[in-house]
Amino acid sequence: MFRYIVKRLIGIIPIIFIVSLLIFFFIHLVPGDPVRLAAGKEATLEEITRVRQELGLDKPLAVQYLNYMKNLFTGNLGHSLKTGLPISDMFENRYEISLKLTFMSLGWALVLGLVIGTISAVFRNKWPDFLGMLTAISGISLPGFWLGLILIQVFSVQLGWFPTGGTDSWKSYVLPSITLGAGIMSMLARFTRSSLLETLKEDFIRTGRAKGLKESVVVRKHALKNSMFPVVTIAGLQFGFLLGGSVVVETVFSIPGMGRLLIDSIAFRDYPVVQAVILLFSLEFILVNLLVDILYKALNPKIRFDS
Amino acid sequence: MEAVKEVSQISLVSEEKKRSRMSEFWTKWKKQKTAFWAGFFIIFLLLVAVFGPILAPYDPYEPDYDAILQTPSQAHWAGTDEYGRDILSRIIVGAGISLSVSFTSVLVGAVIGTILGLCSGYYGGWLDRLIMRSSDVMFAFPDLLLAIAIVAILGPGLTNVVVAVAVFSIPSFARLIRGNTLAAKEAVFVEAARSMGARSSRIIFRHIFPETVSSMIVFFSLRIGTSILAASSLSFLGLGAKPESPDWGAMLSMGRDYLDTAPHVVMIPGLVIFLSVLAFNLVGDGLRDIMDPKTKN
Repeated sequence: MFRYIVKRLIGIIPIIFIVSLLIFFFIHLVPGDPVRLAAGKEATLEEITRVRQELGLDKPLAVQYLNYMKNLFTGNLGHSLKTGLPISDMFENRYEISLKLTFMSLGWALVLGLVIGTISAVFRNKWPDFLGMLTAISGISLPGFWLGLILIQVFSVQLGWFPTGGTDSWKSYVLPSITLGAGIMSMLARFTRSSLLETLKEDFIRTGRAKGLKESVVVRKHALKNSMFPVVTIAGLQFGFLLGGSVVVETVFSIPGMGRLLIDSIAFRDYPVVQAVILLFSLEFILVNLLVDILYKALNPKIRFDS
Repeated sequence: MEAVKEVSQISLVSEEKKRSRMSEFWTKWKKQKTAFWAGFFIIFLLLVAVFGPILAPYDPYEPDYDAILQTPSQAHWAGTDEYGRDILSRIIVGAGISLSVSFTSVLVGAVIGTILGLCSGYYGGWLDRLIMRSSDVMFAFPDLLLAIAIVAILGPGLTNVVVAVAVFSIPSFARLIRGNTLAAKEAVFVEAARSMGARSSRIIFRHIFPETVSSMIVFFSLRIGTSILAASSLSFLGLGAKPESPDWGAMLSMGRDYLDTAPHVVMIPGLVIFLSVLAFNLVGDGLRDIMDPKTKN
């Protein structure tokens, strides 16, 4: 187990390295001079030269990359061209907000996805199955921004139950997390159903039934437990979907999170911030996938670590 | 004379086989009721996309300041927007934009991904490792985020949206086709072709590629739905189509300021996006059940 974790950790180092390299060089391919943006429209040639030196942009690209990586390891993500603030300071509250939104979305999606998937599998080819799977395929097909706007119109504007945006209380997170989690919930419902249907065909289920166990016990204690591994994997893999979706949802609900920061920074061409946000999202995605992989193997006795 | 007779008999048999395969597919397809009707909806959408400019009752770009934000009526079946433009006409013309962006991007992703997957699976070795490790790097970026990053670098616009969506489709197609190629490579008919001295390119494209087509068609149709969602999300974020364009995502983006006073400006284009994506997903599911049932789980 320990050897496997170390092996996997070593395995992701080149990926992280290439990802950081790609982001760094692509951002530097962007047309336009970021120094002019940082120095302001009225800046003189001397001021532009001074800012260029301050930002270290007068050095060769390879040196810039090395400095960038050196700074990254010390937690220095650079400074925003727009505000001049250290990027790590800008991330502080925003990261917490986005993380809260992501986990709330994943939480309800996981619970409801499992419930719908289980009901569909147990009542296979009957109306609850049809209704559950219709809900699931509709959830996958819903544009997040449209669902968010509908929820705002119904639950904020018409009924006044929840705020239209912001992050003032837990209520502010309800509609955004429903919007963000809808797609994942649907995918999880579909995977739970198919995984459970496979497990329900197994011999140990037949044995349980033959022993005279109640169907609810067979499903809950035996089938569901054994169907969880692929479902947990899918939940982890869909984390990336949540990160991408958070950009849209934070825009719809005016939430000052990381996604919103990314879009605002793109609009202002604040490339150091764009670079830092994309890098952070990618690292998060890589690490979550790794964690899911390790958990999957650790929880599933059928998988051998040396294989 | 005998040889000619034999050849014509062989071609007749293969024609017969093809016809029976088609009729078998059609019989199974008709049984997939939801997918069957979703397929009709897609055909309808494609016709609207092709003949949009002729079908649109009004000019989708022409403002009419006497008819601003009108609710659906006999004159304007889907109402009008903040410039008094007919929403139905914009949706009809927008179908061409939204569908062509999605089709082109998935097609480009599929072609490049398939070639990479075939080469990766067939040749193996360093080429396989290079292609698969590059896919790993691409998979390190969440789909929509990768698209946003590409558009941020290339600049907003529909062409760049096509590039962005195509790029994030490539690794998925490459992985899928590589898997199929690895299986097909071991088949007896490939072995036979190889022993007869067939060139690698011939083996790949004449013998292995046809074995991957069914999985590719299924994945392609499912991917169109994802691509419509991604492209409209980018337009909604202001990174895709220009705001005045009748692109479905851009229409929603412009209309959100009037959600309170004229919800139809948002509801109707959103419903069209939803139904289109739903139709492609249903058709994809149906095709998978018929053509590639082993991947269902």
